[in-house]
Amino acid sequence: MTDPSHFVEIRHAQKSFGALEVLKDISLTVERGQIVGIIGSSGSGKSTLLRAINDLDPLTGGEVWLDGVQVNQKLSHRKYEKHINQMRQQVGMVFQHFNLFPHMTARENVTMAPLMLKGISKEEANTLAKEQLDKVGMLERIDYYPSQLSGGQKQRVAIARALAMKPKLMLFDEATSALDPELVEEVNLVMRKLAEEHMTMIIVTHEMDFAASVCDRVLFMDQGVVVEEGPPDVLFRNPTQPRTREFLRKHLEGAK
Amino acid sequence: MLKVYPFFLEAAWITILLAVLTAVLGLICGALGAAARLSRFAFLRFLGAAYVSVIRGTPALIQLFILYFGGPQIGIQLDAFEAGVIGLGVNAGAYMTETIRGAIISIDKGQREASRTLGLSQWQTMYKVILPQSARLMVRPLGVNINALIKATALVAAISVVELTYTAQRYIGSTYKPFEMFLLAGVLYMIIIYVTGRGVAWLDRKVQIT
Repeated sequence: MTDPSHFVEIRHAQKSFGALEVLKDISLTVERGQIVGIIGSSGSGKSTLLRAINDLDPLTGGEVWLDGVQVNQKLSHRKYEKHINQMRQQVGMVFQHFNLFPHMTARENVTMAPLMLKGISKEEANTLAKEQLDKVGMLERIDYYPSQLSGGQKQRVAIARALAMKPKLMLFDEATSALDPELVEEVNLVMRKLAEEHMTMIIVTHEMDFAASVCDRVLFMDQGVVVEEGPPDVLFRNPTQPRTREFLRKHLEGAK
Repeated sequence: MLKVYPFFLEAAWITILLAVLTAVLGLICGALGAAARLSRFAFLRFLGAAYVSVIRGTPALIQLFILYFGGPQIGIQLDAFEAGVIGLGVNAGAYMTETIRGAIISIDKGQREASRTLGLSQWQTMYKVILPQSARLMVRPLGVNINALIKATALVAAISVVELTYTAQRYIGSTYKPFEMFLLAGVLYMIIIYVTGRGVAWLDRKVQIT
């Protein structure tokens, strides 16, 4: 097995749920500092692909490599647990439905994992919470519970929670899809800020404008395959594949 | 009539003691049962499921009789009180298994995913994320289980534990007043259950997420 030189490398990813094949031999590389967008209709497999990167939805075939280490190794349960926890600490994930811990304040949501996994002190955790929540503009809500926050605020805390582990890769699974339209921008703003800091990100999204403005590269997925990929100005303005054109046309009509 | 009160009060203490020990044993059995039912090992899941269906599928009275009267035949020698606590505790545990399991699986799977994604292990996720949330959901239904087990302690009168029901039956013989005797026992049960219910309601309020 050659050591992959790419930061993220997905090789021949295949995934089936019973007879349904949701990922059909997908290969993909992402370099350090790149921002890759994945677009496509529901059921195209884009979320499944994203979730395969930290083995949340394990592949049925193929490999995922991160920074020279294979993520989806076949190991005994015990060894796999140790390995995957190690890998996941390096990858932040943001979900469509935030998944904040409702029994913890914003501060506790942010500091829980670093306190448990990185052996930092209470004071360090406090500084970390302030730092991360400040970054997403949520410092004044540090002691609020998720139930006291709006959707956009929740998602910003969720981003801070992921960032607190100092990940080298961030995965966004339709981070703004569950938000009221007027709350989308505040989350996008945070993501743009991360882009400016050259955070490596893979972003599954329905927002073409956002993808076009932050991504270095965009992939269009349909029925478990990557139909087309390229820089956003090419993919959005001059798509070569009929399926991409069709999707973008429908999406444009929907947006009107 | 007045002469019987001290005996009833003493019997009420026995009932309370029975209920407390049964509840503790039931919670232990329930926690173990739920852990077995949610285990990744098929054999443990089978054991957990078998425990629940056998216990819930047979009358508690028969279980007590098997333990107390049948036990000596297979080398289990227990006095009536011990047999009562163990029999009722294991019985309550089967119902609590389902209560605890239900509260755990009702937590949204996104919670587990978020925790695992941060790098927490299965146990850390259980301990820091799932249990604190499901514990809040468990309080009321476990309260219902405890309410039922307090009333089920009356069954151990049948294996001659001198608790409330047994005491009521005993003093009917000397007073010829079944109405008063059973009524008195009933009132004492009601007090125990009412106080317990208030306790559960208080705990439930206390653990709710603000």
